Amino acid sequence: MSAPTVLVDEATVRSALAEVADPEIPAISIVDLGVVERVQVGDDAIHVELLPTFVGCPALDAIRQAVEARLAEFGRVVKVEFGYRVPWTTDRITERGRRSLTASGFAPPGDDTCPFCGSGNVATDNLFGPTQCRSVRYCRSCRKPFEAIKVV
Amino acid sequence: MTNAAADLLPATRTALSLLLLAMADDEFVIGFSDSEWTGIAPMLEEDVAMSSLAQDELGHAQALYRLLADVVDDGRDADAIAYDRPVEGYYHARLLDHPRGDWAASIARRYLYDTADAVRLEALADSSFAPLRDLVDKIRREERYHEMHMTAWLDRLASARGEPRERLLAALERLAPDAATVLAPLPNELSLVMAGIIDATGDELDARWRAKIGRVFERLNLSMVLPVADPLTARTNHSDAFRWLHGEFTAVRSAQPGATW
Repeated sequence: MSAPTVLVDEATVRSALAEVADPEIPAISIVDLGVVERVQVGDDAIHVELLPTFVGCPALDAIRQAVEARLAEFGRVVKVEFGYRVPWTTDRITERGRRSLTASGFAPPGDDTCPFCGSGNVATDNLFGPTQCRSVRYCRSCRKPFEAIKVV
Repeated sequence: MTNAAADLLPATRTALSLLLLAMADDEFVIGFSDSEWTGIAPMLEEDVAMSSLAQDELGHAQALYRLLADVVDDGRDADAIAYDRPVEGYYHARLLDHPRGDWAASIARRYLYDTADAVRLEALADSSFAPLRDLVDKIRREERYHEMHMTAWLDRLASARGEPRERLLAALERLAPDAATVLAPLPNELSLVMAGIIDATGDELDARWRAKIGRVFERLNLSMVLPVADPLTARTNHSDAFRWLHGEFTAVRSAQPGATW
């Protein structure tokens, strides 16, 4: 007995993936983060090509598992592949993604203002931060530390 | 443009595997060694920075070992290559055999390494071996931050009067005999140049590196004699400091064979 065929195309899969949150910054989805590159839907399998934000990102396995779990309902084998054929860059983050980052207290890449008060009077405390993709800044106006997404 | 290792000539494939092994072992050893600063760096910001740098390097090593596993295709996976070799089987540059030392020594070692590694990566940017070219493109975007940070630290220590500068000079003097080992010519590297996998031989890369750091050393009034590395010993005869480090990074794997990272 084969599983009943569910009508599914690339757009269905992509909108399902838009519900998968980044494990380190749950406010942004992996689609808005620009991590989802290729989606191919076949009769038996769904292939998803994802781009690591950083080569050694420790969240990759968690992302893979979340993608597999989210796509399980489509009744096909899910094959998730990480690759470097296309480099992930911070330009891949969508406008909506940038707004989600700001709303959750992160300065989007290339934005030199404070996500809390909007002041431009900010200092870089550390090029490096608690994860590979973040650096640490300090707002001299509202006196809050915050994190910024590194430009790569 | 080549996409699969199987399409390479056997001699080219062997030379490529040595290049990848050298690069992966370099990143692995400096990454693991610098991760020892986690928790004990001279200030909190540097604790975070050095840990992040180390994490980047271990990630690069993992990706390079995976690529190497594809090229060698002898049944070993990335973890087996990374952990299941005796001390003598490691192929990192002798520069990285020096212990982490004090903060000035770690900065000096990393500055010398990062600048040489940047020259090597640049020489691979248009590689005809697509999987390596793509990975290098990605790695360079991260290494840019490393080099920026290390140059700032070198500047800071060299420009300070008294103890910081003295410690830096002492460290550079200890490292100088092995400084050029990262770019020392590799066996049969000419086949890599001819296949377009890398754009120059070790001698040419060494000259590019010297031109680059020479300008910085001159500006900071650091006069260093960096002897040309002997290719036969540049990546062999590892030190007691590395022997100790090897015991550390293989401890979990030996206690629990098949453990994954």
